[in-house]
Amino acid sequence: MRRFASRSVVILGILLLFLIENIHAASTQGEAGKEQGKGQTQTKVPSDETSKEQKSFLEMLPFEFHGFLDARGGLRPQDDPHESKTATLGETRLQVHLFKALDWAKFRIKSDFLYDGVVKGAEVDLREANTILTPFEFMDLKVGRQILTWGTGDYIFINDLFPKDFNSFFVGRDDEYLKAPSDALKTSFYTKALNVDFVYTPRFNPDRFIDGKRLSYFNPQLGRLAGEDTVIHPRKRNDWFEDSEVALRLFRDIEGYGLALYGYNGFWKSPVGFDPQSREAIFPHLSVYGLSARGKVWKGIGNIEIGYYDSRDDRNGKDPFIPNGQLRYLAGYEQELAKDFTLGVQYYLEQMLQYGAYKRTLPRGSHAADEYRHVVTLRLTKLLMYQNLRLSLFTFYSPSDQDVYMRPNIHYRITDHWSAEAGANIFFGEKDHTFFGQFKDNTNVYLGFRWSF
Amino acid sequence: MKSYYWFSFVLSLGLLATTAQGQKIPPEAQKAGIEIMENSQRAFYSPGADMKADIRMELVTADGKKRIRVLTMLRWNDPKGKDQKYFLYFREPADVRGMTFMVWKYPLKESDRWIYVPAIDLIRRIAASDARSSFVGSDFTYEDVSGRNIAADTHTLLREEKIGDRDCYLVESVPKQPIDYMKRISWIDKITFLPLKEEYYDVQNQLARLFTADKIEEVAAPEGAGRKSFPTAVKRTMKNLKAGHRTEVTYTSVSYNVGLQDNIFTERYLRNPPERWIK
Repeated sequence: MRRFASRSVVILGILLLFLIENIHAASTQGEAGKEQGKGQTQTKVPSDETSKEQKSFLEMLPFEFHGFLDARGGLRPQDDPHESKTATLGETRLQVHLFKALDWAKFRIKSDFLYDGVVKGAEVDLREANTILTPFEFMDLKVGRQILTWGTGDYIFINDLFPKDFNSFFVGRDDEYLKAPSDALKTSFYTKALNVDFVYTPRFNPDRFIDGKRLSYFNPQLGRLAGEDTVIHPRKRNDWFEDSEVALRLFRDIEGYGLALYGYNGFWKSPVGFDPQSREAIFPHLSVYGLSARGKVWKGIGNIEIGYYDSRDDRNGKDPFIPNGQLRYLAGYEQELAKDFTLGVQYYLEQMLQYGAYKRTLPRGSHAADEYRHVVTLRLTKLLMYQNLRLSLFTFYSPSDQDVYMRPNIHYRITDHWSAEAGANIFFGEKDHTFFGQFKDNTNVYLGFRWSF
Repeated sequence: MKSYYWFSFVLSLGLLATTAQGQKIPPEAQKAGIEIMENSQRAFYSPGADMKADIRMELVTADGKKRIRVLTMLRWNDPKGKDQKYFLYFREPADVRGMTFMVWKYPLKESDRWIYVPAIDLIRRIAASDARSSFVGSDFTYEDVSGRNIAADTHTLLREEKIGDRDCYLVESVPKQPIDYMKRISWIDKITFLPLKEEYYDVQNQLARLFTADKIEEVAAPEGAGRKSFPTAVKRTMKNLKAGHRTEVTYTSVSYNVGLQDNIFTERYLRNPPERWIK
C-alpha cells in the first residue's frame, strides 16, 4: 500500500510537470508576436491593459495553483555507529499550493506529497490550510494550519516558540522546512500606538526534534551517543485545550526601528525533560518573556533580543531531570560589505539560572553543562551571475562548548523554473554531549534539484 | 563647540569654491543642470500622489536567454516632504512568488528595507547599504529604480539636442564620491522632463551602460488630480554594453492617484498583501 502511494505521488508529479511545461511553452510562443512598435515616443490615452496576454492553463483556473517538484539526496561520508543507513536524505517531494482571495477572506492550502526513502516512506505533510479574515479595519484573524515566525535572530530563536523541524534543518532540506506548521488561531490588532499578535494553539505543537531515527544524538540517560537503538518516544502532550499554548507579541515601529515585547505560555518544544519513574522523555512546562529591537546601525542592520525562560516545573533548579530556567541574550549585525556580498554576525549567550542547585543535584557521573553557553555565528552570502548563483556559508561556533556547525551551500537558478543546490552540514566537537558536538557522526553532504511552477 | 562647526563650515565653503573653479564650469550651467535634474526626478520617480504599476522585466543574456520577473509596485509620496514608500509584490519567477518587499525611502539618508518570505512567515530587514546593487538580478540598480540623491552628483547642462523629434537638454552628472561609474550623460525631454536616454561611462571613460526610454505614454489621472495626465515611460531598457546583458522593463498597466494610504506600507500588509491593490 505504501509502495503504491509513493509511486502514485511520483507519477502524479511527473505528469503535472509535463502538462505545465507544455502549457508554459505554448503561452510563451503566444507572447513572441507582440514585440513591435519599440523605440517610438508615443502619445496615447492609456489603458490599464496595455497587453492582454494569452492565458496559460494555470492562469485560467478559478484559484491560484502553484508549487514545485523537488528531489534531493544526502549521505554521511563517515560511519555512524548508531545509524544503519548511510543516507541522511533521499526524497521526492511535490508541493502544491492553492490560493483564493475573495472580498471577505483569503484561503490557502499548501501540501507536500513526498516519498522519503530514509525514514518514513510515503507521507503527506499538510503545511498550510488556513483562512485570513479581516472582521474589522484594525483586526486580522488567521485560522488553521499555518507557519508562524517572529523574533530577530538568524537561525537562532529566543522568543519564537513556534515548532521547528531540526531534522530538516540538519539534513539539507530547503530552509522553508526549518519551520514546522502550527494548528493555531492568530489574532492581530493594529493601532497607531501598538500592534498586537495573539496566537492560541489549542493543542501543543512540538518541534520535529532529533529522535534518533534519522540522526544520532547524545542521550543523557545513557550518557552516550544513541540513534536507532534508542529512539525517543516522549510522553504525549496532546490533550485539546489542556495542553494548549499561548504566544503574544506587542510590537511597533519607531522611525524604522522595530521594537517588540513577547510572552509565551506552554511547554519546552522538544522533550528535554525526563520522568525517572516511567523512564520517558517529557515536555515540561515553560513560560518565556522577552523583548527585541531591530533597525539601522552604522552601515547595516543591528538587532538585540532577550528572553527569560521560566522553567515552571523546576524553578528552584533542584530537579536534575527538568531543565533549569534560563536567560538568553542575542546581539546581531548584518552589512552588505560589497556589491552582492553580505556579512552577518551574531553573538548568543545562554545563561542557566540556579546553577548552584543544578550542580548540587546533578546525578553522579553526568556531564555538567556550563553555566554560560556562548555561541558566535557568521553568515557570508555572495550573489553572482545576475544573482542566479548564490554561495553561502553559515557557521555556528561555541567557544564554551568547543563545537562547530557549518552550513556551506551553493544554489543555482538554472532557468526561471529549474534550480539546483548542493551543500553540507558539518559538525565538529570536542565532546559528545555538547549541542552541536553530539551530531558529529551526522555530518552530511547533499544535492537537490527543483522544478517550480 | 559651536565655533568649531562654524570653522568647518567656512572651510568647506572655501573648498567648494576651489573645486568649482578648478573644473571651470560656468555657474549658470550648473544651476540649470540641477534644476533640470530636479524636474526630471519629479517627473520620472514621483509623479502623482501615488502610483500602482504592474511591471514585467525581461533579463536577457548576450546569447538571448531570457529570465522573467513580474511584480506589482505601489508607491506613495509623503505629502509632508520628499519621503516615499514602496511596496512590491512578486509574481514571477515561481520561486519568489508571493514575496513582498517594502522600502521607506528618504531623500538624504539610507532607505529602510524589509522583505517578507511567505514560506517561513519571515520578515527580514535588508542590510543593503550599497544602492549600486542590482535590483532583483537585473541591469537596474536600486538607485535606478527609486532615484539617486541629486546632491550626490555635480550636474552641468552641456547643451540641447534632439532625440527623434523630441527636444532634449543634455546634462552631465558627475558623482562627487567615486562609485562604479565616472559620469552620466542624460537626455532630458524639454517638455515632459523624462529622461529619454542616459549614458553611463566607466572609470576608463568608456560607455558601459545605456538606458533608453523606449515608449512614453500619457497616463490619464483621475478627476480632481490637478492635472489631466502624467507622461510615463512604460517601456524602458538598461543595457550593460560590456557584458552584452540587458533588461527590458514594461509597465503592463499603470495608474496614478489611486488613493493609497500610508498604512499600506507596514508589516501588516507585508505579511498579508493588500488584495485590493495587488489584484
